[in-house]
Amino acid sequence: MANSMPATADGQHGSDVTKRDFLKLVTGAGALVGAGALAWPLIDSMNPSADVLALSSTTVDLAPIQLGQAITVVWRGKPVFVRHRTPEEIKGAATVAQNTLADPALDSARVKKGAEQWLVVVGICTHLGCIPIGNKTTEARGDFGGWFCPCHGSQYDTSGRVRHGPAPANLAVPPYAFEGDTKIKIG
Amino acid sequence: MAGLHKSDFANPVINWIDTRLPIFTMMQKEYGVFPTPKNFNYFWNFGALAMINLVIMIATGIFLAMNYTPHVSMAFDSVERIMRDVNYGWLLRYVHANGASMFFIVTYIHIFRGLYYGSYKAPRELLWMIGVVILLVMMATAFMGYVLPWGQMSYWGATVITNLFSAIPVVGEHVVTWLWGGFSVDNPTLNRFFSLHFLLPFVLVGVVFLHIAALHVTGSNNPLGIDVKSPQDTLPFHPYYTMKDSVGICVYLLVFAALVCFAPNLFMAAENYIPANPLVTPSEIVPEWYFLPFYAILRAVPSKLGGVLLMFGAIAVLFVLPWLDTSPVRSAKFRPIYRNLFWVLLIAVVTLGFVGAHRPEGIWVVLGRVATFYYFLHFLVILPVLGKLERPLPLPESISRPVTSGGGGPLPGGAAAKPMEKA
Repeated sequence: MANSMPATADGQHGSDVTKRDFLKLVTGAGALVGAGALAWPLIDSMNPSADVLALSSTTVDLAPIQLGQAITVVWRGKPVFVRHRTPEEIKGAATVAQNTLADPALDSARVKKGAEQWLVVVGICTHLGCIPIGNKTTEARGDFGGWFCPCHGSQYDTSGRVRHGPAPANLAVPPYAFEGDTKIKIG
Repeated sequence: MAGLHKSDFANPVINWIDTRLPIFTMMQKEYGVFPTPKNFNYFWNFGALAMINLVIMIATGIFLAMNYTPHVSMAFDSVERIMRDVNYGWLLRYVHANGASMFFIVTYIHIFRGLYYGSYKAPRELLWMIGVVILLVMMATAFMGYVLPWGQMSYWGATVITNLFSAIPVVGEHVVTWLWGGFSVDNPTLNRFFSLHFLLPFVLVGVVFLHIAALHVTGSNNPLGIDVKSPQDTLPFHPYYTMKDSVGICVYLLVFAALVCFAPNLFMAAENYIPANPLVTPSEIVPEWYFLPFYAILRAVPSKLGGVLLMFGAIAVLFVLPWLDTSPVRSAKFRPIYRNLFWVLLIAVVTLGFVGAHRPEGIWVVLGRVATFYYFLHFLVILPVLGKLERPLPLPESISRPVTSGGGGPLPGGAAAKPMEKA
């Protein structure tokens, strides 16, 4: 009975904190942890499922891609640009002064050593997710010879680095590896 | 029989039910004899219109869902099947799609009514904040509904809007992947948007109930913005305002029907009649008209995170509006400076709407920035300062007085009889 009446409890223990306060806190904390544990499966069910993750790699045959041309392949539901760069494009991309870049990155860090002619980037503008144009040589490629995003005017160079416009970052380079000379596996 | 309700209804069946569950007594109290200020103008119709609109959206939506397939390879075709093959499917879809536009028209008028007449001020702060929650839930629901037909604009609208969350530092990318349920907008995204688009309207019903419950505690504001002082200031809700609302509903349905029957595609992007293609971005992505002002604010600053913060800030500022406006006078009718600045704000918002519809080039960039700046200036600087500086006009003694004396303004003190005596 004394426990249900704080005033009495105060008198008995000479303290403001009663056993009941402690029990309330422990019960409340326990319920909170329990609710969190129950909520997690619901929240995590919205993350990519096993079958979506299973589609996370794509193999691309590079042989048919002509010099100067680029193709679009689908990886994880996103377009990935694979571009066969000309020697001039490689040279242009490698010799840009780093301090002129919005998101500084060396061209050598964006391609595989010994295969500098192949540029592989996720074809999604880092601004708000539109797909830049410029894969076909007949399309607008912007002032820097790479890609041009028609949504808000971002321009990328031949290394997929942002050179102009609202995009904050370079086109992402997906994880990929060569499986032989003319085949890559993305993902 | 302790605990039973003493019912006054004569009809024995109603009386029997009402004794055990006094819903008839409640309806009579809240919608029958409910004392309502007698000086409402037609701007006070729009709450009821929004309610009717919600009912129309839920009704048409349930029947659309019976024929819709939430799968990336079938969604577009199922919508076209609704349009061509399902009996009255075209009507259901056009009412539902245009109903969204009508809902926002009605709600925006309702909100600006509140801004003009100071309906957000004490003691109605919570009522107003619940209203802002309703606006947010409405926006989420409308956005997800627009994705369901899985046209080009659906797909790319979903991509751009979900990508806004990637602006959040550190966890942004994870949040977006979680929202998508994959690595791009795809079937899992469509499925969950359908599920949530079905759920949220019912959440909306719950929040609207709270909005009305709060309203029935404080009572309605009125065009004079002064408190009800006596029963002479009020009329019973029925038949006076049920009738006035009915007039408004007729006009509203007339406009709605004209839109559905004569210009059903007025607000729709032609681009959305092209099936979604994840590999081709339309040359121009424009959101639905009711999001254009917010879209313009998003693009007003050349920073991704900054734009996103400003856009959400444009709504967040409404939450704290009751404390930003320091003037104790509610109605703009008695605030000579605020009355003008209200229209400047409205022009700024409409300007933002036009800016949002154009590519961010040339004059539109400048206009967008100026209007965005003014929007925040109005709420964050002008309203707090103006309340201290402005000299309001003298308030009328009561609602009855200007009404019964035949004029809008107050008479000189002591020149007329006390309102109580005029009843």
